[in-house]
Amino acid sequence: MGSPAAHNAQRYFVPAPSAWPFMLTAGLVALVVGVAGYLEHSQLTPALIWPGFLLAIVIIFLWFRGVARESETGQYGAQVDRTYRWGMSWFIFSEVMFFGAFFGALFYARGLSLPWLGGEGAKLATHVTLWPGFESVWPSNGPANLGGEFKTIPAFDVPLLNTIILLTSGFTITMAHHALKAGKRGVCILWMWATVALGASFLYFQAEEYIHAYHELNLTLGSGIYGSTFFMLTGFHGMHVTLGTLMLFVITLRLMAGHFKPESHFGFEGVAWYWHFVDVVWLGLFVVVYWL
Amino acid sequence: MAQAHDHNDHAHDAHGHDGHHGPDQGIMRWIKTTNHKDLGTLYLFFSFTMFFIGGLMSLVIRAELFHPGLQFVDPEFFNQMTTMHALVMIFGGVMPGFVGLANWMVPMMIGASDLALPRVNNWGFWILPFAFSMLISTLFMDGGAPAGGWTMYPPLVLQTGNAFPFLIFAVHLMGISSITGAINVVVTILNMRAPGMTLLKMPLFVWTWLITAYLLIAVMPVLAGAVTMLLTDKYFHTSFFTASGGGDPVMFQHIFWFFGHPEVYIMILPAFGIVSTIIPTFARKALFGYDSMVYATASIAFLSFIVWAHHMFTVGMPLTGELFFMFATMLIAVPTGVKVFNWVATMWKGSMTFETPMLFALGFVFLFSIGGFSGLMLAITPVDFQYHDTYFVVAHFHYVLVPGAVFSIIAAVYYWIPKWTGRMYNEAAGKWHFWLSAVFINLTFFPQHFAGLAGMQRRVPDYAVQFTDWNVMSTVGAFGFFVAQFIFVFNMLASCFGWFGRTQGLPDRVWEGAHGLEWTVASPAPYHTFEDPPQVGGDVLTAVHDESDALDHHKLV
Amino acid sequence: MSRHGWLGGWLARLGAATGLALASLAASAYTETSGGYNVPTGVTEISREVHGLHMAIFWVCVAIAVVVFGAMIWSIIFHRRSKHPKPADFHESTTVEIIWTSLPFVILIAIAVPAAATLIKMEDTRNADLSIKVTGYQWKWHYDYLGEDVAYFSTLTREINAARQLKSGIDPNSVPNYLVDVDNPLVVPVGKKVRFLVTSNDVIHAWWVPEIAVKKDAIPGYVNEIWTRIEQPGTYRGVCAELCGRDHGYMPIVVKALPEAEFIAWLAKAKGGEVAAAAPATTTTTDVPADAAPTATPAAQEVAAAAAPAAAAPSKDELMKQGENVYKAQCMACHQANGAGLPPNFPALAGSKVANGPAQDHVLQVVKGKPGGGGMMPPFAQLSDADVAAVVTYERASWGNSGSVVLPADVTAARK
Ligand code: HEA
Ligand code: HEA
Ligand code: CUA
Ligand SMILES: [Cu+2]
Repeated sequence: MGSPAAHNAQRYFVPAPSAWPFMLTAGLVALVVGVAGYLEHSQLTPALIWPGFLLAIVIIFLWFRGVARESETGQYGAQVDRTYRWGMSWFIFSEVMFFGAFFGALFYARGLSLPWLGGEGAKLATHVTLWPGFESVWPSNGPANLGGEFKTIPAFDVPLLNTIILLTSGFTITMAHHALKAGKRGVCILWMWATVALGASFLYFQAEEYIHAYHELNLTLGSGIYGSTFFMLTGFHGMHVTLGTLMLFVITLRLMAGHFKPESHFGFEGVAWYWHFVDVVWLGLFVVVYWL
Repeated sequence: MAQAHDHNDHAHDAHGHDGHHGPDQGIMRWIKTTNHKDLGTLYLFFSFTMFFIGGLMSLVIRAELFHPGLQFVDPEFFNQMTTMHALVMIFGGVMPGFVGLANWMVPMMIGASDLALPRVNNWGFWILPFAFSMLISTLFMDGGAPAGGWTMYPPLVLQTGNAFPFLIFAVHLMGISSITGAINVVVTILNMRAPGMTLLKMPLFVWTWLITAYLLIAVMPVLAGAVTMLLTDKYFHTSFFTASGGGDPVMFQHIFWFFGHPEVYIMILPAFGIVSTIIPTFARKALFGYDSMVYATASIAFLSFIVWAHHMFTVGMPLTGELFFMFATMLIAVPTGVKVFNWVATMWKGSMTFETPMLFALGFVFLFSIGGFSGLMLAITPVDFQYHDTYFVVAHFHYVLVPGAVFSIIAAVYYWIPKWTGRMYNEAAGKWHFWLSAVFINLTFFPQHFAGLAGMQRRVPDYAVQFTDWNVMSTVGAFGFFVAQFIFVFNMLASCFGWFGRTQGLPDRVWEGAHGLEWTVASPAPYHTFEDPPQVGGDVLTAVHDESDALDHHKLV
Repeated sequence: MSRHGWLGGWLARLGAATGLALASLAASAYTETSGGYNVPTGVTEISREVHGLHMAIFWVCVAIAVVVFGAMIWSIIFHRRSKHPKPADFHESTTVEIIWTSLPFVILIAIAVPAAATLIKMEDTRNADLSIKVTGYQWKWHYDYLGEDVAYFSTLTREINAARQLKSGIDPNSVPNYLVDVDNPLVVPVGKKVRFLVTSNDVIHAWWVPEIAVKKDAIPGYVNEIWTRIEQPGTYRGVCAELCGRDHGYMPIVVKALPEAEFIAWLAKAKGGEVAAAAPATTTTTDVPADAAPTATPAAQEVAAAAAPAAAAPSKDELMKQGENVYKAQCMACHQANGAGLPPNFPALAGSKVANGPAQDHVLQVVKGKPGGGGMMPPFAQLSDADVAAVVTYERASWGNSGSVVLPADVTAARK
């Protein structure tokens, strides 16, 4: 039996019953149970990690392919299009709040806890009785000098390069968008490949940075609050870039497969929004993590 | 909840009639469903189950506290019960309960055919049973379940045994579920209202849920971030919450409560919506001050972001911080007051009758207010130094949560179950349920105020003998309340599965005083409603049944 | 519209009433001591102010409740359909909305002002006469009189510790000050401004004594300041108010306020090592060397006595006997009577590496603890050499452990 839309174009598209969500959950849960077991050195559950991961990936692929088909076969009206726009916006908002937690931690450490440990503000006794002689500077790995001496990555080096890369990629994807709207599919695809390439190179440099940090600079997750905030923020950003690049890649393939129309192509725009979000987060990182 | 039944039959004879794909059969129907009514039913049954598991845990707590001395459980296990009880009740009971109600009612109230993203909706639900199996399974692991309190403060929580990563990932999963659910509700409300259903015509339940969903999307990710930092502190040598590395254990508390305080309003705003729907119905009088209700809700939501540290008055914040959070917290009494006053004004010169939903709604207004008053007392920083982490706090939040949030869920279920199942519940049993619940819940939690003021601290399995009286009462009340809930179970299952078989002839508008689109469709509501949007004109709500709905109508009523 | 009128309505209420009656009956049947029901007025200026604020805000809430609930009950009685068949149709009024928005606002300001004033006083820890560092451990308190070199641990008394064990069979009511008595109370002078520097060694605790309206969290790695000036001599009891793990309920606080002269005398004695001497109010008053005092067990004294004159080393039996006492009092809560522990947090001693390895390490583990990370073993530095020797010997010789005798002398040596 088809969906209501098959009977009345005006009706909102309500998908037929689907096993994807349930299987996606199963995959995810297998994955996290596996990881949890691994963290606690359990014998059994780590075996679940890869099956779970694969299941999740496969389902995500099937799900998105299904959505793409529904969209291409014109089952979505304007209203569904608005749904996706709202949905994506709110999703990105939730992502912003997620990063907010880690930025909050960074500001708290720099603005409150380190100064307190260093004897500034309301907590003089803390400094005098527990951490005499510690003076609060940034970067810091705390009064116990956790993880030993370390050096930081200068902002106006590779990070600057990465900033330029991401900004450029923001530009190229916009160009691609214009091309798509102007119906110049070929041009659009070229700009998209450029964007994908930029995303990939960002990741390459980021990886280099990490290796450099761990091997030459002795800057690790264990380097006190600096290492913690540095890797947590840049790390989660990196994951988002990875995801974004993948999404750009898929969109590019879809463009080559003839998907999207000049007037309706939210799949494309959604990814573009996401990419811009990743871009903006990086600017924040560049300023408060690398530069200041 | 009787969709289970009606719709199997329905699906049978519905074969091939236009505009409908009948649901799958048997268990697969529930696993694969994209129907907001099915999912609402699933959410409600899940919530129901969790409420009882959490309830049983609370009985372990109360049994141990019945008398001074350690009679039944090891202190460590007691702390596990306290922690799990709270996690199960909040994330498994109240939140899914409200989401279930939103699933069922929001589309019907705004004239939408379903939630905006039905498959995501299914995903959001099915995460929960897995997440909670994970969480509850920790009870059987080495070192037992998490025992650091639902607030998960480090460094204590880092002493958790093998359960630790399972706790963290369970919280992550619940977060995914809540966020997807919330996005679904927001998008549905913003994008799928029937023509003429302007924002300021929406029922208050829809309004409060819109704002609740916004809060959820804003703070659940923050919780996810907080517990992620716990995870890395434990396994990956980070030092967010360790002074020697430049971090601060108190930093976690700030991040947690930035989530935690809005969270408590997440658990009460939909309740406000429910009460604002039920009281006008049985007072037969329009809700007083609709607009001010909306603005009050919005300002409560706004304020909830700037009061979090009132949970942390004793951590040694700088004076200015303590003053700011005291004032901000006290402010919340104002918009909440507006709501209470509006409810009273709605009843004023109404023409009231007291069916069970109304009883629970009125119980809510009384008892929530009492919880609110104690909340206001807690807000006074210098005095909170005496209240903090005592049973006075426990009494406060149970007053707002149990006769608050839980009563509202119960009221909503009584109010809408005729629409869901096409069968009226048993009124006499309902009244018994209310009066017993009302009496026992007060017997349970009122004495805790005194125990707390007299100096009994929270989270202890044993206490100095002078607190015995209060605890004896509290325990007796707790068992009484728990038992009383079985009347409810019986009553609900009865109308779900028609044990009294009263199926015939419930009118569309089940309650004579009721208004709103949900009362313009058949009882039980057909599997698909408002596939073609109704026209909403003026203050009159008229629904255009499409012929297939009409068919259902004949089949099902 | 009460479909089942009498059955649903009145009978239900009747039933509920009987429910209440029965419940309270059941309750009264079990009630024992009748304790307080309100925040204590306390013995400091601050505590009285706090109590005043508490009562003020309470009555404000009562007043508002009377008005709001009054109106509700009124309309429930008189605006029910049977009495008031035709509902009025008003549903908004900007004026009343404004009134009941601004009125509460004014009330709140009236409360906020005095509250702020008191708060500011509480936070002013400047120019104190005496500073005491309070450190929370899992699960006991350590007090350090800064600049006086008097420092000692304060733990639950052994009587209570025995009674509070699961199914101990000891009736709590038969134990004086059940759960709120310690071996060595904190001793402070009356009339002086005493400043507490509160911190923690492991997890977060909270140092709370209601009578002086002091509650401050003990945060590991940070120090919180709070002060008090007690006006009347006496013994004031409190508890740890922040969940700190398994025995959170078993780390009480006892403050003994002495007149200044007596306090000075005590301080002098304490410097000489007789901390516990100042604790007449508490149940274990023993006059033994300071290092032994905190957990002074009768056995400990025998040994101390025995050891004193001819430095005759105690026999293994003596050590085992005394060791068992110390173990019950100090270690059993976590490592369990059968030495099986509660893994993974509380490792087993039966067959453990430490208990079968070099005695030296075992002793140090007990004295210094195993801090940091997930490690929860607190230091037991306060135990006398005799006690340490005894308990270590006991642990090494029980539950099938290989067993080797450790003498107080060995401990003294190890401690150096
Ligand atoms: C549904 C959940 C819910 C709700 C609605 C509230 C509502 C409020 N809460 Fe509560 N609270 C909790 C759940 C909730 N709380 C929980 C779970 C905890 C403990 C967490 C933990 O530690 O485990 C907690 C703890 C808590 C604390 C910390 C206590 C401590 O640990 O020391 C404080 C302190 O300020 C507080 C304050 C308030 C206030 C001011 C309100 C206000 O919103 C109340 C406003 C309502 C009214 C005031 C009544 C109606 C108003 C009128 C009739 C108008 C006129 C009234 C006046 C002018 C006074 N709450
Ligand atoms: C919504 C949340 C919620 C609910 C419902 C409850 C319900 C109860 N709670 Fe709990 N409780 C908390 C949240 C809640 N609690 C929290 C957050 C804490 C703090 C934990 C911590 O310190 O870390 C706590 C702690 C807490 C303590 C203190 C423990 C300690 O400090 O050591 C105690 C002690 O008496 C207690 C008792 C009870 C009792 C007797 C009930 C009884 O009301 C239980 C009986 C209830 C039911 C049986 C459910 C009935 C509901 C229905 C029938 C609805 C039907 C649903 C549908 C139709 C969908 N709770
Ligand atoms: Cu120490 Cu609780
Ligand atoms: Cu709060």
